[in-house]
This record gives sequence, structure tokens and C-alpha cells, in this order.
Amino acid sequence: MTHYLVRRVATIVPTLFFVSILIFGLQQLLPGDPALILAGEERDPTVVAYLHQKLHLDQPLPIRYLYWAGGVLTGDLGESVRIQKPVADLIVEKLPVTAELAVLAILIALAIGVSAGIVSAVAKDSVWDYAANVFALWGLSTPNFWLGIMLILFFSVQLGWLPASGYVSPFDDLKANLAAMIMPAFVLGNAIAAVLMRHTRSAMLQVLNADYVRTARAKGLDERVVVLKHALRNALTPVITLGALEFGTLLSGAVLTEQVFTIPGFGKLIVDAVFNRDYAVVQGVVLCTATAYIVLNLIADIAYFLVNPRLRDSHG
Amino acid sequence: MRTTWWSIRALGLIAALAAPLAPAQTLRLGLAEDPDILDPTLARTFVGRIVFSALCDKLFDIDENLNIVPQLATSYQWSADNKALTMKIRPGVTFHDGEKLDAAAVKFNIERHKNMPGSNRRGELAPVTSVDVIDPSTVRLNLSAPFSPLLAQLADRAGMMVSPKAAQAEGDKFGAKPVCSGPFKFVERVAQDRIVLERYSNYWNKGEIHLDRIIYLPIVDATVRLANLKSGQLDFIERMAASDVPQLKSDSRFKIAKVTEIGYQGLTINTGKSDLAQKNPLGRDPRVREALELALDRDGIVQVAMDGEADVGNQWVAPTNGFYAKNLPVPKRDVAKAKQLLQAAGVPSPSFTLMTPTTSDAQKIAQVVQSMAREAGFDVKIQSTEFATSLNMADKGDFEAYVLAWSGRADPDGNLFSFYGCKQPLNYSGYCRQDVEDLLVKSRTSLEPAERKKIYADLATIVLKDRPIIYLFHRHWLWAYSTKVSGLRTIPDGLVRVQGLRMK
Repeated sequence: MTHYLVRRVATIVPTLFFVSILIFGLQQLLPGDPALILAGEERDPTVVAYLHQKLHLDQPLPIRYLYWAGGVLTGDLGESVRIQKPVADLIVEKLPVTAELAVLAILIALAIGVSAGIVSAVAKDSVWDYAANVFALWGLSTPNFWLGIMLILFFSVQLGWLPASGYVSPFDDLKANLAAMIMPAFVLGNAIAAVLMRHTRSAMLQVLNADYVRTARAKGLDERVVVLKHALRNALTPVITLGALEFGTLLSGAVLTEQVFTIPGFGKLIVDAVFNRDYAVVQGVVLCTATAYIVLNLIADIAYFLVNPRLRDSHG
Repeated sequence: MRTTWWSIRALGLIAALAAPLAPAQTLRLGLAEDPDILDPTLARTFVGRIVFSALCDKLFDIDENLNIVPQLATSYQWSADNKALTMKIRPGVTFHDGEKLDAAAVKFNIERHKNMPGSNRRGELAPVTSVDVIDPSTVRLNLSAPFSPLLAQLADRAGMMVSPKAAQAEGDKFGAKPVCSGPFKFVERVAQDRIVLERYSNYWNKGEIHLDRIIYLPIVDATVRLANLKSGQLDFIERMAASDVPQLKSDSRFKIAKVTEIGYQGLTINTGKSDLAQKNPLGRDPRVREALELALDRDGIVQVAMDGEADVGNQWVAPTNGFYAKNLPVPKRDVAKAKQLLQAAGVPSPSFTLMTPTTSDAQKIAQVVQSMAREAGFDVKIQSTEFATSLNMADKGDFEAYVLAWSGRADPDGNLFSFYGCKQPLNYSGYCRQDVEDLLVKSRTSLEPAERKKIYADLATIVLKDRPIIYLFHRHWLWAYSTKVSGLRTIPDGLVRVQGLRMK
């Protein structure tokens, strides 16, 4: 057990190393000289030269990587050249926003997706099933930014119920925070709900045909108990795995949704940084999300390991 | 009974405390982009200048007619040889940290603009060789040569004054918590979310300031920005989309203000930036460029691409500008003549690639140009390119023609010099002529408006014939705001002045 854990944790180091090279390398493929865009409208040659030097753009690639990696190892993710704020500060500022949005979105997705999936599986080929399928198709094929703008036009402009965009910290005003988050969380949750619905439906259909469910019915159990207690529990495993994956994606920032609702989270941070060639910010944020993914993965592995005795035996 | 009486009095007291003496006036202003660093020396973006106009006063300002008017400098005088500018500094002005703004502070700031590593103001103040403090309220800038655009530079970021004490303490981190002398002082900034400013109680011109707080909120998408205005989250938005004007006009809760910009939209043509120029008839032959211009109907472009929200133009300043060369008016479309020119040039159906940034305005312009030019025989291929990439390609000369806008400067020099000077950074055309170079230098050394006008007319005669840039139109700055807001002044630089602005 300990041996396995140590080995598993040890693989994180080379993984992160390769990830960091990948992040750094891929970014170099972006066309456009960062100094040129950062030098602003006037593009004063002395400013361009100064930025080249400051960002080490005049150095060969491996040296630039070492500058960055050396900084990261000592806890310095660098500084946004555009607004001259430490990248670590920006991450600390944006992460809670994105995390809150992700949690709300996944809750909405689970609530809608799982219940719609159950209904359509239980009432297969009924009106409910078709309705749920139409909903899923709609959710999958509706672009986020379009749905976002439509919601803003209806709930904010037409009805005036919700703020059109912006973000308020829940510690300042919880009600205003939820009012600002509900639309973007719904937009994100809606698309994921569609995926979850399809998976819940197919998993449920499989389980509902299983022998033990037939046995449960034969024993005369109430249909509600059969569906919710016996069938759903087994059907949920793939759905939860999928939900966790989707949650991970949400944490890396919902680019378009954050842009439409002007939510100052990871997605907006990274998009603006890419367009402004603010390399330190892009690298810092991607490294941060990559690390989160790797750690989440590790936790999942350990969880499987703890749950499944067969794994435990084989790894001694 | 006694208890009740006390309770009532206590409640009354609480109510009195809770009721504000006067309604706090907060203006929530939607910006089209997130500004960059708020340090006047390092700042680079147009949108940052909007925030600066409330935060940092300048030595001079410009008015509705682009005249230079006093702000922190009350008067100025040129020396007899035009190589020194002496300014009187407004008495009794303080920075937001209470420090005095005097001649020494001005000297500090000009030197900071000139010497700070990475300064974007160095080029603007290049001819300034030294600064003399004559007495606490008099300062003199010594120049290497007469420099007519200097006053206009001092009416922009190069004339912004920051607190020397704060600047020295913070170094290059000053922009995170700027300390200036404008009507509003910095409170906080959350990147990509908000910039909050609060009224500075010791502002020298506080009679003109009626707002208590300004919150700048960057909202990139024009539709969302407008939706925020309509739903009441914002009181004011800058740069509304032209296509939204008719719809908002019919809404009595809002007002629209507009003014023609000092910048322009145009087609920049590679006439000598790289080898590509000689390989393509458009870059090689001025007759082909003339044919392209004649194939274009500027009114049509403005109607289709800008919903009519622009003034057509053919020069680096709008036809209403005092420096516009009236003897060279906007040419009418003439497809027959365009075809003749192409025949004469031996290329009846030339083709070229038009690089265009991915903004919707630029895309629309490119499409209209493509279809209009086709009627004269041109085959235009549109190459949509992300802005930073397109800039890099333009800089390397890796393009044939480029849809490019310039936000403009109050002095015509700012729209000209860097674009046509042989070795200048914004000369993407690679245009270089000794007579043009001489005229550009001459225009800078002449301080007499009538004489400068003559020089610019001579320049226009040459440059508009060579056509390294085909100017198309000058956009309208479009601001939309709630009817609660009043006192807005429309200055052609597109910056929102807060003096006189109030909320009902």
C-alpha cells in the first residue's frame, strides 16, 4: 500500500516536468512577437527592445525555459507584463470565482441531467423520454455564448430580474453573488446536463434489464424503491466519473461563458492573456490547472485503490 | 412608558444616521476593454486613457475643437528661437497623497517619462533635452529643435503628472496604486473586473466635479455592454456598436452622444516594406493603387460596414479638421476610370491579399472592399488574422494590404510622422521618400499654424498620389448613457471627461 502510494506520488514529478515543457513549448508556437503587442499603439522601438530584454525574448528557448522553471520552483510564477501584477496574485484572485461557478454549474447539471436521465429510462419511448431527448439535443447543440446573450436579454433587459453581468464576492453580498452567478452557472450546467442525461439514461436502461432488478421486482418491491435504490446506485458510477471529468474541465475556466457574463475567472484571464501575449499569465494559469488535474487524478486513483480490494492485493 | 419613549428616540437617531446627507453619485461606466497598467509613463492602451482622464490631470487638455487649453499649466510661452517652452504651473494643486504639485514635480515627471526603462513617452518627448525649474511655479523645457506637436503631447499622457514621492517609493509598481492629481483618486482595481475611483476632496477645480465615485467595468462584448446599460447595471457605455444605434434611439430612457474621431480607418499597402511589394502589382504600381481607390465607394462602405456611423475621408485628418487639405477632396467612385488605369498598367485583373484583424468592423470593411474592387477587375483575397499575429506580419512586411485603424492624436503630426517617416515604427507600408521626409521634419519645426497647414497640403499632394495608405473614413465615437447622466462633453479624442458630468 505505502509502496504503491510512494510510487504513484513519485510519478507526479516527471509528469509535471513534461507538462511544464509542453506549456512553455506550445506557447512559443503562437505567432506574433509579444513585445510588439505589449508595446502598444506607438510601438516605440526602444520599448520593444526593452521588453525583449525584460522578458528574456533575446535569449535562446532553453534559457528562457530555465528562467521560468527556476522561478516556478522558488514559488515565483512571474508577473503579468500588461498590468504588472504577480501571476500568483492573479490566480489567487480568480480561482475562487471559477471554483464557485464550476460547483454551481455541476450542481445544476446533476440536478437536471440525472433526473431527466432517470425519467427517460424508466418511461422509455414515452412522451417524457422524447421530451428529455429533445432537451439533451438542445443542450448539446446550443452554443454557450448565444444562450448566455439570450438569457441576458430576457432576464436582465426585458424582465430586469437579474444583473446582466459582473461579479460580486459571496462574502460581500451572498444574494447579489447568487443573482450574478445563476445565469452563467445555468448556461454551463445546461450543456453538461445534456451529456449527463444521455449517460444516465443508457446506464439506467442497462441496469433496469439486469437480473437483480428483475429479482427485486419479482419480490414485489415498490417500483420507486427498485428504480431509485437498486437501479440508480449502480447506474450512477459512470455518471459520477463523467461528472468529475466535466468538473475538471470547468475548473480550467469556461472561456466563452465568462466572457459573455464578464465573470472575472480563469477563462477570461487566460483568453485575455493569450490575445495580449502575456506569456507569464498563460503559463502560470495552465500550470496551475494542469497540477490540479494531476492531483485530482491521483486522488481518484487512491480512491479506487481503497474501494477495490482486488487492486490492493495485486499491488501488495 | 419611559422605555418606549427612549426606544422611539433611539430608533429616530438610527434612522437619522442611516439616511445619507445627499445621495451619493456613483457613475458605472462600461469600457470596451480592460486597461493595461495605470502608470502614465508605461501605459500603452487607448482604453487606459479613458481612466486617466479622471485620475491624472495633464499640463494641458484639448477642447471640442482640438484647441489646446490649460489644465495644470495656466499659461505657456515659446522662446524667440522656439527651442524652449516656459510654463506657469497652477498654484495650490496637490497630488492625492497631499504632496504639492510644483515646478520641481513637473521636472521630476518629464524626466521620469524620458528616463524610466520601458517608458512609452520617451519618443513623444524626444526633442526635450532638459528641464529647468525657474521658480516653484515656473518650469522650462529646453528642446534640441523646435517641436510643434509638443503642446499636444503635453495634453496627453506625456503631460500627466504623478506624485514624485509615490513614484519614487513604488518604482515600476506605481501603476498598481497610482497617485496623481486628477479629480478622482484610485481606490481599487480587480483585474478584468473593475477599477474604482473616488472623488478627491482637494481637487483644484472641484466646483466642476459632481460625482462621488466612478466604477469602470470592462465588458468586451458590445451586445453585453449594451444589455448592462439597458438593465441598469451601467449608467454609461463607451464605443457602442453602430448597429445598435437605431434601436437605442427609440428608447426614451437613454441618450446617445457621438463625435467624429481624430483617427481613421484605412487600407495600408505594402509598397516597400519587403520584397512582396515588388512582386505584386498593387505594391509596385501607383496606378493600380489609384484604380483600387477609384473602385471604392466610401459612402457605401460607411453605410454597409459602419451603419452610417462614420464620416468619409481621404486624408489622415477628417474633412472638418483645420489641417485638412481642401484642394484634395474625397474622390468619387469611378469604375470606368479604374478599369482604364488597370489596362494602362497592363494588369486588367490584378489580385492581392487583404489581411484583416478579426474585429467585426474590419471584417465588414474587407468584405465590402472585396466586392466593390471586383467590379473594377480586382481579385481580392481576404485573410482574417488574429490581431497580434497580423501586427507581427505587418511589421515583417509579410502582407500585401492590411485593414488598419489608428485611434488618432490631437495634433496631425501624431497621425502622420510615424506612418510616413522612412525608419518610423508604424510605417508598415515601407514608404520612403526624401521630399516627404524633409516636409515631415519641417512640419515639426514650424510653430505657425498657417505655415504648418501649407506644409501638410504639400505633403498631402505627394502622399495621396502615392497611396501607401488609402484612407477610407473616420468613425464616430458612440457613447450611450442613461438620461440620469448629464453634462457630457464630446471631445474628438474619444475620452470621457468627468468634469461637469453629473447624475440625477
